[in-house]
Amino acid sequence: MNLTQQIITIALCAAATMFTRFFPFMVFSSDKPAPRFVQYLGKALPCAIFGMLVIYCLKDVSLLKGSHGIPEGLGILATVITHRLKGNMLLSILCGTVCYMIVLHLFA
Amino acid sequence: MMKTKALKTAFPYTIPIMTSFLVLGLAYGIYMNASGFSFVYPMVTAAVIFGGSLEFVTGKMLLSPFSPVQTLVVALMIQIRHLFYGISMLDRYKDVGRKKSFLIFGMCDETFSINYTADIPEDVDKGWFYFFVTLLNYLYWVAGATLGGIIGDHLPFDTTGIDFVMTAMFTVIFMEQLRKEKKPDTGLIGLGCAALCLMLFGADHFMIPTMIAILAVLTFFKKPIERRNAYQ
Repeated sequence: MNLTQQIITIALCAAATMFTRFFPFMVFSSDKPAPRFVQYLGKALPCAIFGMLVIYCLKDVSLLKGSHGIPEGLGILATVITHRLKGNMLLSILCGTVCYMIVLHLFA
Repeated sequence: MMKTKALKTAFPYTIPIMTSFLVLGLAYGIYMNASGFSFVYPMVTAAVIFGGSLEFVTGKMLLSPFSPVQTLVVALMIQIRHLFYGISMLDRYKDVGRKKSFLIFGMCDETFSINYTADIPEDVDKGWFYFFVTLLNYLYWVAGATLGGIIGDHLPFDTTGIDFVMTAMFTVIFMEQLRKEKKPDTGLIGLGCAALCLMLFGADHFMIPTMIAILAVLTFFKKPIERRNAYQ
């Protein structure tokens, strides 16, 4: 990607974000509720999107080559266990990442 | 006077966000640095996008072949939840005057959560309270990201694998979202559609099919999902 393409990419991300933040204020007045289907998506979509993003993060992991996804698997396991036990977002992210980095070093 | 009071009321609410934004912002800056970008990149993306999850993805996009349509669609899909923050804040942000544009610009998940839920005392100006929560959170994030981008490879230890912070973050957010739902249906739909499309279309082309599949499945099973999760 050259600089122009990078600027366009960042600008598109910013524009998309601002569109989603400003749109309701441009379209809906405070006394008119949003359409039913939009309300449904608002409830059903977030969880699905974050599930998708977990897979997105893992898209370049190969189960057949390299470290076979073991560091990623253990990193996620550490994240999930820490989060189950303590319920502290920052701590869970920290433990998972440190665990991943350690296992990665062992494989290197 | 009115502003000072609003700032003093707002600041304590933002302390947890300060911790998390400085650490995550720092991690984002270091991640961008490790991906080969100068500190200008995390600083600019943090300042103009101001949406943590998308910024990490933007970092990944900048390392992939240029694909404006996919960029726009992915960005919209990641950020679509803001539509519903906006709908919830229509009333609260109604009479705040010129600050309104900035409040909407800076409405990330955390800022929305505070401004939506905080019990603002009667004698504190609501508009300025919203403003300072938004401004402080914004500054924490941009400062963290910039700092991370600057210190990056000057950290006294090897940062290989720091990019896993993104995977861990989404894993935790995903768990939190799952916990709020009565049934894991929608989470499993997201995971399943993405995993299936990744196998079918490969790492470089699976996101758009995944998003179409998620929308299709959610639309097709609208009735049972609404019933099982007791949506109104």
